[in-house]
Parts: sequence; structure tokens; C-alpha cells
Amino acid sequence: MKTTLKTAAPAALIALGLATAASAELKIGASISATGPAAFLGDPEAKTLEMLVEELNAKGGINGEPVELVLYDDGGDANKARTFATRLIEDDEVQAIIGGTTTGTSMSILAVAEDAEVPFISLAGAIDIIQPVKPWTFKTPHTDRMACQKIFEDMKKQGIARIGMISGTDGFGASMQAQCKDVVADYGIEVVADETYDPKDADMTAQLTKIKNAEGVQAVLNPGFGQGPSIVTRNYKQLAIDLPLYQSHGVASDGFIELAGADAAEGVRLPGTALLVAALLAEGDAQKPVVTAYKAAYEGKFKQPVSTFGGYAHDGFALLTDAVTRAGSTEPQAIRDALEATKALAGTTGIYTMTPEDHLGLDLSAFRMLQVKDGKWTIVE
Amino acid sequence: MSELLQFLFSGLTVGAVYALVALGFTIIFNASGVVNFAQGEFVMLGGMITVFAHAAGLPLPLAALIAIAVTAGVGVALNQLAIEPARGAPVVSLIIITIGASIFIRGAAQLVFDKQIHSFPAFSGTEPIHVLGATIQSQSLWVIGGAFAVFAGLWLFFTRTLLGRAVLATSNNRLAAQLVGINTRFIMTLSFALSAAIGAFGGVLVTPITLTSYDVGLALALKGFAGAMLGGMGNPKGAFVGGLMLGLLESLTAGYLSSQYKDAAAFVVILAVLFFMPQGLFGRKSTERV
Amino acid sequence: MSQKHATLLVLAALIALSPLFFPSGYYYRIGALMFVNALAVTGIVILTGYAGQISLGHAGFAGIGGYACALAPVHWCLPPALAVVLGAAISAVLAWLVGRPILRLKGYYLGVASLGFGILVAMVLNNERWLTKGPDGIEVPDLGLRGLLKDVGLDLSNGEFWYGLTGIALLVGAWLALNLYHSPTGRALRALHGSEVAAGTVGIDVARVKLQAFVISAVYASVAGSLLALQNKFITPDVAGFMHSIEMVTMAVLGGVGSVPGAVIGAGILTLLPQVLTVFADYEQVILGLVMMLVMIFLPQGLVPSVLRKLRGKDE
Repeated sequence: MKTTLKTAAPAALIALGLATAASAELKIGASISATGPAAFLGDPEAKTLEMLVEELNAKGGINGEPVELVLYDDGGDANKARTFATRLIEDDEVQAIIGGTTTGTSMSILAVAEDAEVPFISLAGAIDIIQPVKPWTFKTPHTDRMACQKIFEDMKKQGIARIGMISGTDGFGASMQAQCKDVVADYGIEVVADETYDPKDADMTAQLTKIKNAEGVQAVLNPGFGQGPSIVTRNYKQLAIDLPLYQSHGVASDGFIELAGADAAEGVRLPGTALLVAALLAEGDAQKPVVTAYKAAYEGKFKQPVSTFGGYAHDGFALLTDAVTRAGSTEPQAIRDALEATKALAGTTGIYTMTPEDHLGLDLSAFRMLQVKDGKWTIVE
Repeated sequence: MSELLQFLFSGLTVGAVYALVALGFTIIFNASGVVNFAQGEFVMLGGMITVFAHAAGLPLPLAALIAIAVTAGVGVALNQLAIEPARGAPVVSLIIITIGASIFIRGAAQLVFDKQIHSFPAFSGTEPIHVLGATIQSQSLWVIGGAFAVFAGLWLFFTRTLLGRAVLATSNNRLAAQLVGINTRFIMTLSFALSAAIGAFGGVLVTPITLTSYDVGLALALKGFAGAMLGGMGNPKGAFVGGLMLGLLESLTAGYLSSQYKDAAAFVVILAVLFFMPQGLFGRKSTERV
Repeated sequence: MSQKHATLLVLAALIALSPLFFPSGYYYRIGALMFVNALAVTGIVILTGYAGQISLGHAGFAGIGGYACALAPVHWCLPPALAVVLGAAISAVLAWLVGRPILRLKGYYLGVASLGFGILVAMVLNNERWLTKGPDGIEVPDLGLRGLLKDVGLDLSNGEFWYGLTGIALLVGAWLALNLYHSPTGRALRALHGSEVAAGTVGIDVARVKLQAFVISAVYASVAGSLLALQNKFITPDVAGFMHSIEMVTMAVLGGVGSVPGAVIGAGILTLLPQVLTVFADYEQVILGLVMMLVMIFLPQGLVPSVLRKLRGKDE
């Protein structure tokens, strides 16, 4: 009896012409670290979301209904992120959450979202967020483990077997450092020097000198974001270390070349996304239109170069609006199901195909090995 | 040998930055008895204002002068609006006021400027200087030289000029200073302006090395505070030596022990020094007044 | 009825009756955060308000309490409730060891020494990845009490449960602190707040009494850290960070550092403020800094004593 009622009700509504469920307004919640130690990541994310919502509403919203964005700044504090997630769900009654700039804030938000059964798209790197798969949690960035694999693949091709690492002690650097050390042996590579620096440090020549003097070191890898990698790159040049330098996707932006100085950054390699080399993509590349449009809109509006991180927010928003459109509903359950069925959605980071077993939907091919040549990013293949 | 020299260069560069911040702490502490946790924000303002003035088309030296002048103005405003009205408040309240000021200045900088990382070109090129197998950036020499110059200037000011002695007199006993005809209000204003200007000057010198953004201040304030306490609060010699020592400690620890715990080593040494010398290395003895 | 009982009764009534006015479940979360903060701040009241000592590193103890709950159940199969006790015990021992040398220092020197201690704790939590999983934080097991309550027929939502539990914890903490105030130790503490030299001459063992206050306040911070970790089921090293230490001191001073009601009000306001300030978006930091300065300039004794003084002034 009950089941018939459940199925009968929507049928009746459709008959009455009331069940344009999609016409219910979509309310998106976001908790992002727009200030605090992760502001370098969170600031472009917040700006991107605000820009995209504005753009979408100017075009008439989703299925004719405007989208509302409730955005909070958690300052990179996991405790605050949990409070804001609670607020978004209980008080603002949003149908989905995008955010969690750092792994710590993402882990806090996902606990609340899973409890309340609200879909959550994380913008942070760690693999723990989606492994094991949690029903309501998705994420857009590559895992830092994938970045390590991409780098080590490239090193192996170059015949590099002994490397030094210098990592930031912030969440991003420390997590990638651990993941890299975890997979490095699979590529027959050995870490012969393992140093760290504080994200606010002014000079890394002491650590780099140690790495330089480590026996048989053939290349150096620097997981980190913010000003640290720029200073590392300058100090690297200062010490005249004549080995390949690999940076992480954490500094994949034009700003890095500017800050490190084109001279010092020359030859630096990193795993980056299509966003950074929009103009260099082949004509038929599925990501080209998306990347070009986002880059033009963002740089036109904010007069700042786009970064990989803003791209993560772009992709999160694209995944969500795509899911809502396909679901034809703003019910959390329907959005979740549609998210999980995402197929070949071209974003700035890669082309997403989700499955019940994979809530990231990207593979290594989405990463492109980039290198600075004559002060510009180029694709190495 | 070249390795040790490299660590020393690194430590001196960083230490000179800490010393400049610590000197700023000392001036305000001397004049008002307040430890100004917003000191790091002066360094940030010096760098950020220079970046934006330079980007607006001003030549670098002029941009730097404007940055130093504006920051000195901010220092004076801080004194007039927040420190002077709270005269006589307990130490904890003063700590909170200056931390509140630091949050305020950081928030304002984030609104006026942006949240990106910035830099401007080094004063004399980026070609490093080679000494006995070690290298040092030419900008580091500017920073180290700047710290020495500020220290020497302050030393002359406090010992050789009437005004400088008036500052010292005010710090020793405000009431007595007033009685002998010193305008203590002016001394306070002067001290805050001077301290803020030194901070901004430091910011201008270090930005080509460390880069700058709206939130670099707090970390610098903590390190500068630690350096000043290590040397002994209220003594320019202590601040200068304390700051340099802190930088050297960090780089030597990073070089020979563990880069992960280099900041820990600095604080362990501070705890140890305070244990044996509760007034810091060069601090004045003071007894509780009953 | 004594002032002590009146304070506790008002506090209990506020905790019990406020939920009647809650528009949504989110307010239980805010309430629970207020109570946890107020508990930690009550410890600061004992240290700073009663004994006149500054600490800029108390978040270190909150970190120890929090990580005890994350680690002890996993590594030593300790029930989370006992992990709270273990964290408090570790904090107490550490406070005793650290307090002995650093409490000889005064004013800003004590400030920098305690700051150094807090930073060392945060650094260990950040760096010892094999144990703490580093800066990204670590999951904390469920306390399990909510499930037990459900089995005996008391079915509470997560928010309601933590609101109740932290509310009770705060009441107990406030009761203990008020008792301490009127005890011989409390009198000794207040005496040395006035003047250590004078307190010494009337036969008070100044060093010992200061150390007692330091250890007690460390336990408060530790338990508060544990409750926060258990409630969030997740903890990051931020909990031991410098800004968290400053937050605790600010809450205490804002409300009025000498009194337990001051601690509760200060914690309440500063917990609520960032939530209210979200409407100002980018101006949030500016306004927060402004509020901190203005309160300290115009009400240097904190809200509660200043308001009380005004009220008494009218009576006369």
C-alpha cells in the first residue's frame, strides 16, 4: 500500500502540472578558507563560485530558476568548518555543499554532510576524503598521490633514481610529502634527503645545501604552495644547483613564474592542469572551450591570473549544476544519484566520469607534465 | 666549511629580519611598557604599500618612502587611538588590544590590497655573491646592512641626542620625566612613529627575498617578540643580538639537526635562557614594587 | 542564598531553558561550542583572574586533551571517556613540569615562555605524522554515550546530546571553580595576585600556589579540548595553535577575567561573534579586531565587572 502511495503521488502531481521539481530554487552552501593560512587556495575558490553563480543567474539559472549561494569563510579552521556545515544544513537548509579548501576542513564538513545526507563536493587533495567511498561525498582535485605518481613517472623516464625532497609543513606540503614517500619505491626511486620548511620561512638555503650535498642526488621535488616554493626556486638558483627541480600542482599558476623570477623558474617541471596552458591545447581538446572560457571570465573580472584552485571550485560548481539539470530536481538524494552518474564532463582539471566506486572520476591522464620555458608554461610529452 | 658558511649566511639573513622587528618592539616597549603584537603588521604594510605604489607607476625609492611614511602614520594612530586611551590597563588587556590592532590592520590590508602574494625586484640585481664556496643574495646584504644601520642609528640616538635621552627618561619614569619638563606625549608619538617606520623599512628590505602578502605579519611578530625577549626586553642591544641569534639558531638547526624542529630549537633555547636569566641576555633587573 | 549558588542556578536555568527558543538544530551546535569554550576560559579565570598569571600557550593543553581522545582509544583500546581522564592527567603532569620553571618569570617573560610551550606542542602534533597524521588532522572515535542513552529510551539528536553534555560539564567546572575561589587556596591565590611579595611575607608558599593554579587551569583546558574533539569527531593541530591560546585569553578578559560569569559571557560573545559577523563578509576581520580593541579600551576590566559597577553605582 505504502509503495503505491509513494509512486502514485508524483504521478498525480505531474498530472496537475505541478511536479516541475526542477523549478524549486537551488540553494548551494559553501564553506571556504577565503582567509587564514590557506587563503592562497581559498580566495580564488570563493571568487570563482561567486562569479559563476552570478553568470548562471544572468543566463536565467538552472531550468529557469535562479541559484542561491550561501558562502562562509572558515579561515582554514576545521572546527569552524564543522560549525558552518551545520549552519548550512540546519539553518540555511541548502541542498548541496561545495567547499572544504583544506583536507582538515573537508573531513569536518563531510562528517556533517554524511550524517544529514546532503551531497558535498570537496575541493581538497587528500585521498582519505573519497577513499573509502562515502555515499554523499565527492571531490574535484586530483589526489596528491596522483601528483606524486605523475612526477615519478616523468623522473623514471629521465632515468632519475635518487632524489631529494623539500616540503612545506602546512597540510598541503606534509600530505603530499607522505604520499610521495609512500609510492616512490614503486618507481624504483629512492629519497636520499628529506627536508622541510615552515610556510612563512624567509630562506631555505640551509635545507637546500643539505640536499645538494646528499650523495648521488639527481633531482629535487618540492611539495608545497604559497610563497615557499617561490623562495625554494630562487634559493635553488642562488646555490647554483644543477639538477632538475620538480614543483607540485600547488604552484601551478602564472603567478609562480612571476614570483620566483622567470630566470630562476626556467626549467622547473610540475604536474599541472589544462587551465595553465589553455592557449597551447590542441583544437579538438574537449577541455579547451571550458578552460578558455573560465580563464577569460576570471581574469577579466578579477585582473589576476587563474590558479588551479579556482579551477577546482569551477569544476565543483559545474558538476553540481550538471547533476541538478540531469536530475531535474533539487532533492539532495536526486542530486547525489546524478552526481554519481556524471559522465565525461569536461572541467578545467580534467574530464570527470564518476561511478559508485569512484567519487573523483579523474585519472592520471588529466594531469599534464608542464615545464617553464622562456618564462612560460609549456607542455612536455 | 662552505656548508657552515652557507648556514651562517642563511641565518644572518633571517636573523637580520627578526632583529629589525625586535628593534621595533623595543622602542615601543621602552616608551610605553607595551609589547606591540601589531609590530609584524608594520613590516607587512611596508612591503605591501611599496608593492602597490610601485605597481601604480611610482619609482621604487619613492614608493618605499611613501610606504614608510604611511606606516609611521599608522603607528602614530595606533598610539593615539588605542594605546594612549588604555593607559594603565593590565598587561593582558594591552596584549589583547595590540593583537586586536594586528587583526584589524590585517583585515584592512586584505580589503585595500588583496590576498595574493607579491614582490618587487631586488635593489641590486639577483646575481648571487660567491664567498668561499657559499653564496649569498645581494639583497641579503641590504637587509643585514639595514639592520646594522638601524641599530647603530638607534644607539647614537639614545646615547648622543637630547631627544633620545628624553625617550629613555620617559621609559624609566614617566612622571619624573614630565616633572623635568619632557613632553611625554610627544615622546610616545615619536616612539610609535619611529618603531612603525623601522618595521616598514624592514618590510621594504626583505620583500624581494621573502615576498609579501597581507598575512605575513603575525609570524614575524612572534619571531621578533621571541628575539626581543631572548635578548632582554627594552634593550636595543638585546633586541639586535637576540634577533640575529634566533635566525642563526634556526638555520644551524635546520642544517645540522632537523629542519622540522628548527623553530622548536629556537623556543627551547629561549626557555632555557629565561630559566637561567629571567630578564633575558641583556635585560635590566627589576624588582616588584609593593 | 549565596552568590555562588545564585550564579550556578542562573547558569543552569539558562542552559536548560535556552533550547525552547532555538529556531534550528544549528543553535545546539553554537551552544555546545560556547560551553566548551567557557569551560576552557574558566581555567584561565583561575590562572589569570585569581592568581594573576598570564599564559599565551594554554591551547597546548587543549591539544593534548583533544589528541588523547583521538589516539588512546585506537592505540591502547581505551574507552573515549577514559581518554578524557588520561588527557587531563598528562596535561596536569606536563603543567607541573613546565610550570615550575616558567612561573618564576613575570609579565611578558611568562608570556613568551608559555607561548613557547604552546608552540612546541602544536609543532609536535604537526610534525609527528606517524602518530597524529599531521596538519590535516585525525578522526576521533565516537564517545558512545549517545548510543547508550538511546538504548535506555532517551533518543537525542547529535546536537542536542552535545549541548546537554557540554552544558553539564560547564556547570561542574563552574561549580568547582567557585568552590576554589572561597577555599583557602583561592584566598592564597587572590592574595598573591595583589602582591607576591606581600603574600610571601604572610606565609603563603607563592611558588606552590601559583603552580597549583597553573595545573588546575591546564586540566580545564585539556578537558575542554577533549570535549571539542569528541564532539567534532575530528581534530587538527590548530586546536593547540597560538591563535586558539589568544582566543581563550581574549574570551576571559572580555567577559571580566576575575569571575566565572565573566568567563561564560566572554566565551559566549566571542563564540557567537564570528557567526554574526558572516553578514559582513570581507569586513569580518576588521570588525573583530575593532571589537577587541574597543572593549579593552572602554571596559578594561571586562564586560561583567564594568556592567556590575555601573549597576551598583545606580543603587547608591
